[in-house]
Amino acid sequence: MVPASTLSLPRRAAPRRVTAEPPFVRWLLIGVALLFLGLFLVVPLAAVFAEAFAKGLGFYLHAFDDVNTVAAIKLTFITAAIAVPLNCVFGVAAAWAIAKFDFRGKTLLITFIDLPFSVSPVVSGMIYVLLFGAQGVLGPWLIEHDIQIIFAVPGIVLATIFVTFPFVARELIPLMQAQGRTEEEAAHVLGASGWQTFWRVTLPNIKWGLLYGVILCNARAMGEFGAVSVVSGHIRGPGGTNTIPLHVEILYNEYNFVGAFAVASLLTFLAVVTLVLKTWVERKNAALRGTEN
Amino acid sequence: MANQKSSVLPGFKLTLGYTLLYLSLIVLIPLAATFWKTSTLTWDQFWHTVTAPRVMASYRVSFGASFLAALINLFFGLLVAWVLVRYQFWGKRFVDALVDLPFALPTAVAGIALTAIYAPNGWIGHWLAPLGIKIAYTQLGILIALTFIGLPFIVRTVQPVLEDFDVEIEESAASLGANRWQTFWFVTLPMLRPALLTGFTLAFARALGEYGSVVFIAGNMPMKTEITPLLIITKLEEFDYPGATAIAVVMLVVSFVLLLTINFLQWWSQRHHAPA
Repeated sequence: MVPASTLSLPRRAAPRRVTAEPPFVRWLLIGVALLFLGLFLVVPLAAVFAEAFAKGLGFYLHAFDDVNTVAAIKLTFITAAIAVPLNCVFGVAAAWAIAKFDFRGKTLLITFIDLPFSVSPVVSGMIYVLLFGAQGVLGPWLIEHDIQIIFAVPGIVLATIFVTFPFVARELIPLMQAQGRTEEEAAHVLGASGWQTFWRVTLPNIKWGLLYGVILCNARAMGEFGAVSVVSGHIRGPGGTNTIPLHVEILYNEYNFVGAFAVASLLTFLAVVTLVLKTWVERKNAALRGTEN
Repeated sequence: MANQKSSVLPGFKLTLGYTLLYLSLIVLIPLAATFWKTSTLTWDQFWHTVTAPRVMASYRVSFGASFLAALINLFFGLLVAWVLVRYQFWGKRFVDALVDLPFALPTAVAGIALTAIYAPNGWIGHWLAPLGIKIAYTQLGILIALTFIGLPFIVRTVQPVLEDFDVEIEESAASLGANRWQTFWFVTLPMLRPALLTGFTLAFARALGEYGSVVFIAGNMPMKTEITPLLIITKLEEFDYPGATAIAVVMLVVSFVLLLTINFLQWWSQRHHAPA
């Protein structure tokens, strides 16, 4: 008898016959899986563009020739431009503290950082209404000082920061924990300052993970609906409080389906770009790990 | 490894301080304020609010549809993960990337797209309408939207476990006389159980709080197709802040329990997969 271990093949090799299904089972399983994904993922994706172009290119383009649409696009970009960098800095700081040092309560801290993911978007928006709204805890003080947060841009930015809070941190924490501290310690012992160590040693090591987090964070920041809907007040036009997803809702509820789907196609395009970038970064990361091993 | 306790690296106070400050300002203080706001209600008022018939009906819709959607995804998620890991076919990389679409596509877009498809005059809806099956504006519509939202969770938790799976174990089962199905059912599936449970809980938790993709397709009829997050919004729009807060607290407590469950499951599965 040959020991089983010498019979085992490398992981990537085709499975041996005893652990493979008969061809018809295999093709049946592949078929059912693809049918399910086609029905739930491809059909909705196609429907967005089919509805957007239902009345031709002219009507499609017409949807963007509207001050309200342009204002919504602008606000979405402003919101993402504030929320993403802030969560990025936070993610790097949190990952540095958690991965490079030992302290008590670390597990609890990681759980707290993940908290926004388990809170319903609606509740995420509501907590700021309770804090900063007219009837909120700080409401009277804010009114006295003529500061408006809820039903204004600051509220939208805050709600967006909350729902995208963990994206960068949760990508970097496990990555930096796995990389350990020896490289940084070596740099530091050789006389590099903290900043030099970070920019020249840590950042090159984490750049793909960081980019990955930023891509996901940005996609959610631009597409968030529930949380933003609660704090927005749905004020249209320039200087208003409608982001692209909220504008889609308004157009849809006004039975302007071509307009709604045309604007939605913009977000769909963003989602597709996100998926492509994400896959690209994943492959880069895998290649990087491959060369290290 | 001698220097585990005290790191020589700088920046501990700065980064931890900033982390705690930012976390408190954005997450902890606002969440705490919500719980504090509920304390303005007496226990009786709180209980009365969160057990009112319309609220109870919304729990039934939300919990029921979320559970069923997670169950559908449990089955199909395992199937998709299996097919992606074990088989080779044309376009596999594309399909693998596509699985994350529900994470990347804004929920409002998913909502209107699914509604357009399943409405009585939609691509799929118009085939089902003559058969008397209505999907959009019924509880079935909610189920479809929540299945879409939860789709990647089980695939993405099962896939890595299946990739690292030691085929030798299946080989030994086969060499001991188990047929393919017996090997899968008694050997492979039990080892995937922690990952399946984690994925199920993640999908369920996400579905419970989901709003954007559901509101368009649900019809939003009180007692019938009204989900709990929508009820919170309705109460906020009526300026019934205590009512909205009370329901939100119930949802927050459920989310925290689910979060703890997920952490426990992940700890359990790591223990399961630790090399002996």
